[in-house]
Amino acid sequence: MLKYFARRILMLIPVILGVAFIVFFLLYITPGDPARIILGDQATEESVLQLREEMGLNDPFFVRFGKYAYNLVVNQDVGKSYVTKRPVWDEIMTVFPATLKLAGSSILLALLIGIPIGIISAIKQYSIFDNVTMLFALIGISMPVFWLGLLLILLFSVKLGWLPSSGYTTLNAMILPAVALGAQSIAIITRMTRSSMLEVIRMDYIRMARSKGQDENKVVFKHALGNALIPIITIAGLQFGRLLGGAVLTESIFSIPGIGRLMVESIKMRDFPVVQGGVLFVAISFSLVNLLVDLLYAYVDPRIKSQYK
Amino acid sequence: MAEKHLLEIKNLTIHYQTDYGTVHAVEGFNLEVGNGETLGLVGETGAGKTTTAFGIMQLLPEPAGKVVAGEIYFRGENLLGKSKTEMKKILGKQIAMIFQDPMTSLNPVMTVGAQIEEMIKLHEPGTKEEIKEKAKKMLEVVGIPAVRQDEYPHQFSGGMKQRVVIAIALSCNPMLLIADEPTTALDVTIQAQVLDLMKKLKDDFKTSMIMITHDLGVVAEICDKVAIMYGGKVVEYATKESLYTKPYHPYTVGLFNSIPDLDSEQDRLNVIDGLPPDPTDMPSGCSFHPRCPHKMPICSQKSPSKVVVGSEHHVYCYLYEQEGAL
Repeated sequence: MLKYFARRILMLIPVILGVAFIVFFLLYITPGDPARIILGDQATEESVLQLREEMGLNDPFFVRFGKYAYNLVVNQDVGKSYVTKRPVWDEIMTVFPATLKLAGSSILLALLIGIPIGIISAIKQYSIFDNVTMLFALIGISMPVFWLGLLLILLFSVKLGWLPSSGYTTLNAMILPAVALGAQSIAIITRMTRSSMLEVIRMDYIRMARSKGQDENKVVFKHALGNALIPIITIAGLQFGRLLGGAVLTESIFSIPGIGRLMVESIKMRDFPVVQGGVLFVAISFSLVNLLVDLLYAYVDPRIKSQYK
Repeated sequence: MAEKHLLEIKNLTIHYQTDYGTVHAVEGFNLEVGNGETLGLVGETGAGKTTTAFGIMQLLPEPAGKVVAGEIYFRGENLLGKSKTEMKKILGKQIAMIFQDPMTSLNPVMTVGAQIEEMIKLHEPGTKEEIKEKAKKMLEVVGIPAVRQDEYPHQFSGGMKQRVVIAIALSCNPMLLIADEPTTALDVTIQAQVLDLMKKLKDDFKTSMIMITHDLGVVAEICDKVAIMYGGKVVEYATKESLYTKPYHPYTVGLFNSIPDLDSEQDRLNVIDGLPPDPTDMPSGCSFHPRCPHKMPICSQKSPSKVVVGSEHHVYCYLYEQEGAL
């Protein structure tokens, strides 16, 4: 198990280098001159050229990438922001708590609502509850977050005045963004829980458990849910990974300074080091969430555990 | 209701509602099982054997499956009148079931020990150690070393899994064991082992048993009485000896004829002509009449009634009704 874990961590290195290369290349071919943007339209051609030279922008692609990769691997340094001159790492760490809070509360909401509703839907398949739930799940999946966010603000902040329309520091302020961002995850997790439970609940071992005279609640939660967890964990992990990557739209609507907004701003400013660092950070977070999901697999299913060697 | 039989099923009728119409899985089913007796319930796939078993256990798939009519008396009490809570006390403790496919009847994420303990905990509560001890003992009884109790089902072979299932079913010493084709999913050598084990345990535990099978060899091996099932009904009931000496119902005769003879040279196997009836559209009268070599006009008009043809041997067929008791 430990060996497996170590191997998975080591495998992150090629992932990081791969992501770094792709982002570096994409930014390289992006039109727009960082030096020109920093100095502004009024600056003379000479001063722009001079700044380009200083920033190393005139070097060939592979020289630039080589320097970047060297710093990344050897010094674990992702550079400094062109704009604020602060280390990229500091920039990311300033905004990451907000993103983590938003992603965490959204996924928590999705799990707490999605799993129980999915279970009830599966047990009472084709009931009115099931049909209504599935309708809402469909709406939840189809509704764009920016629209849902605006509707929520309109109702709860403007009309009713119950909740603030922006910010992220208080619990109250987190409710609307978490609901708006989590709606899709709630719907997806509900549907996944339902279908996974439906598949399991017809299995012989469920009937076997009932034939023991076992309580129906235990049959559902111990025998059925225990076997239905794998797809639920998978989809929840993917959702969480996606949310950690920042939710530009939600962050913009609710004025939350998160990773999504930082990256969009940086792209606009051609602040390449921040964009590269941000994408790398998101990729690593995603990989770590995946690793966590794989470790959870082993915890819930002994058949998978026996393969982790 | 006198407590003459351990289990007495009267006129049991079970239907499934499907998109293709009502499936008449079990239709006017009658059967008795005595104390300590082993009854073989024989019939081809789709005859309603498993549905009957689920009907007794009240484990029919909901909401499609429904007992439409009939009574199931177990120790003199009608199980169909029992509440879910009352049934839970009977299931496992008094009636236990072994399922057809050992590969899927154990929960893959629980240790086999825990699955045996679960049964014991429900019906014979005790301290943790007592329950664990009992579970270990049950594993030993079915020939599995007790040290394997913390292993998971995927670490066992098919035959071993079926042994675990048997250990679970017998762990609370039930009065009636319903074994639904317990050896069908196993290969032949393992089949023999499992059958021997069941035979031995049935005697040790003094359990009555309903052995659901389509294998007349299994019946000969282990059963006292045999009920032949066709189209959701029992068509012939007899002691094993009586049935194997002289089968009456044309279907039973057909079944015996289709067992290949080792001594004679045969290119083709003997079969019963035709196909099993479509359960959504059962033939009128005797459901076997479209395939019956001795078909008479009355067969398609009215269901035959019970004809006693010997002590503990009766058959539902017009052939013998006319001639009277033979």
